[in-house]
Amino acid sequence: MNSTFLISQADPRPMYLQLMEQICQRIAVGDWPAGHELPSIRALAADVRVSVITVKRAYLELERQNVIVTRQGKGSFVADGADLGLRLRAQELSDHLRAVASLSLLLGVSVEEVSQRLGQMRDELTREKS
Amino acid sequence: MSAPVFELSGVGKSYPFFKLEGVRIQLAPGQIMGFIGANGAGKSTTIRILMGLIAQQCGEVRLLGHPMPEGQALAKRDVAFVSEEMRLYSGATVEQHMQFVASVVPHWDATYAQQLLRRFNLQPQQKTKGLSHGQRMKALVLLALARRPRLLVLDEPMTGLDPVARQEILAELMDIVTDEERSILFSSHNTQDVEQVSDQITFIDRGRIIESRDKESFLERWRRLQLEVPAGKPLPPFAGVIDVTSSGRTAVVTTKAFTPELPAFYNQAGAVVREVQHMTLEEIFVAEVMSSREDPS
Repeated sequence: MNSTFLISQADPRPMYLQLMEQICQRIAVGDWPAGHELPSIRALAADVRVSVITVKRAYLELERQNVIVTRQGKGSFVADGADLGLRLRAQELSDHLRAVASLSLLLGVSVEEVSQRLGQMRDELTREKS
Repeated sequence: MSAPVFELSGVGKSYPFFKLEGVRIQLAPGQIMGFIGANGAGKSTTIRILMGLIAQQCGEVRLLGHPMPEGQALAKRDVAFVSEEMRLYSGATVEQHMQFVASVVPHWDATYAQQLLRRFNLQPQQKTKGLSHGQRMKALVLLALARRPRLLVLDEPMTGLDPVARQEILAELMDIVTDEERSILFSSHNTQDVEQVSDQITFIDRGRIIESRDKESFLERWRRLQLEVPAGKPLPPFAGVIDVTSSGRTAVVTTKAFTPELPAFYNQAGAVVREVQHMTLEEIFVAEVMSSREDPS
């Protein structure tokens, strides 16, 4: 149990998404710079104790988002400009905000109330994580 | 694609009060298969047929390429089997068991066996009649693992184990598959035991395989949607939806073939999609069993 990856069955998100997020986190904070070699799929699976297929799925998705590159027979590496992938997530945030805007218009909820509730949710999340 | 580690097709066996029918499963090398079913669903019977312990009445079984049950002597050189029901010689110590197994199997890894003794906190000099259930299962797993089998078959290995013993065993199982040629089949009536580590999931109920596929596509296809539906208007049907439960203007839809078109389809029908949820393997298992029991095709 010396892995610093945390995969929880209590988390409603699929395990591959949890794993992707934690890998992106390592890239974002600079622990894994561009060109850094990721652990092999089987090694990471054994380390985190999740199935090989779950790790494979996470790596494939990260590849699709240009966060990592996989070279046949050599392994997987953090892509040059991996923050490009993180920019994709910024796009994702914009999409969600757009949905929030449209729903709040529909329900007649004011921007102030939306922002207040968003603040509350962030507080809750921070508390859950601490 | 390399040859499957084992392969069952059209396998059946009848008993006065139980019938196993049309069993078809296979496993590729390097993978872990979780074999899930309620008590009495046919897991142990299937595993016993695979191991050649009982003969099927129809269908074909191949284990590491050998036809079963005829080829079992050859197949079993590279297959280790642990069942919850196995007993040890009560008057002999753990170490004597290790020496005995080492003397009769083709490849015994003594160094690995010593490591496992320490990792499992087992005392080599202890007679096995004094072992707790958890220690006995760990001893059985040790005797199987140190043979370095190409296939490890475990029938209900986690039943009745405390969380610490379960984690100790799971960790060793995960270690095995760092080697791409080694595979594991393990059965359980508890989906949580197998959800995390399995690559392939097979569900069995009442003697029939109800689903067998890779875990990711399993989890991906099943979703639950919560909808706000327009008053007095029934939801139009959509392929793959297996259950709709309504109360007032709220409906919960369960689908086994989710696509992004589904929420769009409901939106067009005038409903508002409030939530799209993933389901746990346990929820999927229960839904599969219920829907297969309703539809006796």
